[in-house]
Amino acid sequence: MALLEVDRLEVSYGDVQVLFDLSLRVEEGEVVSIIGGNGAGKSTLLRAISGLLRPRRGEIRFDGRPIQALPPERIVAEGLVHVPEGRRLFGLMSVEDNLRTGAYNPRAAAHEEETLERVFGLFPRLKERTAQMAMTLSGGEQQMLAIGRGLMARPRLLMLDEPSLGLAPIVIRSIFDTVRQVAAQGTTVLLVEQDVKHSLELSHRGYVLEHGRVVLEGPAAELLGNPHIRTAYLGI
Amino acid sequence: MIYLLEDAINGILMGSIYGLAALGLTLIFGVLKVINFAHGSLLMVGMYAAYWAVLLTGAHPYLALVIVLPLMFAFGYLLQAVVIQPIFKAEREVREPITVIIVTTGVWYILDNLGLLVFGPQYRNIQDNPLRGKMIEAGEMLISVPKLWGFCAALVTAALVWLFLQKTRMGRAVRATSLDRDAASLQGINPYRIYNIAFGLGTAVAGVAGVALVPFYNVFPTVGVLFDIKCFIIVVLGGLGSIGGALLGGMIIGVIESVGPQFMTATWTEAIVYGLFLGFLFLRPSGLFGVKYDW
Ligand SMILES: Nc1ncnc2c1ncn2[C@@H]1O[C@H](COP(=O)(O)OP(=O)(O)OP(=O)(O)O)[C@@H](O)[C@H]1O
Ligand SMILES: [Mg+2]
Repeated sequence: MALLEVDRLEVSYGDVQVLFDLSLRVEEGEVVSIIGGNGAGKSTLLRAISGLLRPRRGEIRFDGRPIQALPPERIVAEGLVHVPEGRRLFGLMSVEDNLRTGAYNPRAAAHEEETLERVFGLFPRLKERTAQMAMTLSGGEQQMLAIGRGLMARPRLLMLDEPSLGLAPIVIRSIFDTVRQVAAQGTTVLLVEQDVKHSLELSHRGYVLEHGRVVLEGPAAELLGNPHIRTAYLGI
Repeated sequence: MIYLLEDAINGILMGSIYGLAALGLTLIFGVLKVINFAHGSLLMVGMYAAYWAVLLTGAHPYLALVIVLPLMFAFGYLLQAVVIQPIFKAEREVREPITVIIVTTGVWYILDNLGLLVFGPQYRNIQDNPLRGKMIEAGEMLISVPKLWGFCAALVTAALVWLFLQKTRMGRAVRATSLDRDAASLQGINPYRIYNIAFGLGTAVAGVAGVALVPFYNVFPTVGVLFDIKCFIIVVLGGLGSIGGALLGGMIIGVIESVGPQFMTATWTEAIVYGLFLGFLFLRPSGLFGVKYDW
């Protein structure tokens, strides 16, 4: 049984349907990438999985249990954590308050101090800036904080929506290194990215989304060699 | 000159009680992003609660807090959970739902008329309480004792609310929800529960203001209306969602009201208050302490 199973999902905004008959799965311990252009429906998919949007049809199972009717706060408590697009930090709160807020769910709250040390170990930059207001951090630091806040929830499955968005190449590399580290420590990762090359390089498998449908799926190495992906996404 | 100082001091004291009343409004707005038009009515409920608690037990007015605080918290919590929340859920996509404002206006009318039905139109006050009419002589000045108590209550309440928001886990969740509701729910926070708590807290603070007023102020079913407009002006003056701003804004209004009549008719002082309000809306809509960034 896969850790996350999405089964024939359909999601609409009002009358406009955005996701069509979408199925995917993530096994425990895997890193899976979802790639696709602007407006393909990647963020919509993550919002539906984390409970921010109610699907119109289909089922989402986490650890075998259907979650599509649960509110976001219950889904987080199950260990399915979503680091949203654009970071969505609490800008007027300190770095430390942002991190501690991540541990609000009861399962994570019991280990708050211990997880905080782990996150500081992963991002020493954040430890130097605990009292700084989140909105005054640099873009790279903000992304570290967003991932750190997600980790504070002690995810079993971490969903990252475009963590490389708007960052310089050198910072992007360090963010992807962190994702690799998080995965190596045993967290399952579902990564949404437009940086196709980097994300497939660190993934086991990938799905390609176009116009709200899965058009291609397979092992990451295979996708990297696929002619359609090479022309449409890698520009080769 | 000494009278001017006396007026200014008493104005600051009275103004801090206005600020206390506005504090509840600003708290609720800060979290729910909705102007609660029933806030004056909540203050009215708090005043009646304090009035009856003092009258029936004969206790010191401020001892009534033991009853009024939990009662008002529960009242606000339930009002939000039962009456307002369903509207919020129906409009969960909207950030500042106008229908919720309409509902709070309805609550205002219902509460005021219930007050009239249950307690009758007469003005009530507690004649024999240890604070009523008491003055402290400071040199040639006379300072009102019940207002001084109100001033202290305002400072202590503001400090406690601040500590709750800054230093507790629940307070952090309240701040997070006020900044970004969806992001907060992704952290495992149930935003609707936070709304209930914020509404309960804001109502409890209105209860403190009720206790502060009852020793020297008349209670009647529409007393809230007198404070409603002041509270809105104070909250805009101080900055929506700002605790310190509410207190300072209250004191500014209090001083204008008490010192103004020395120089002009009372009608003109009101004109100044409204002028200040409009001026702020034009020149600095985020108020004295409001943050431009979000709220
Ligand atoms: N709140 C909304 N209301 C209506 N339509 C929306 C809303 N959010 C997204 N959409 C539409 O849904 C489609 C998918 O959007 P989505 O944000 O999921 O794309 P995406 O793959 O994440 O794109 P990007 O890479 O640019 O972030 C787009 O056509 C978008 O316009
Ligand atoms: Mg997106």
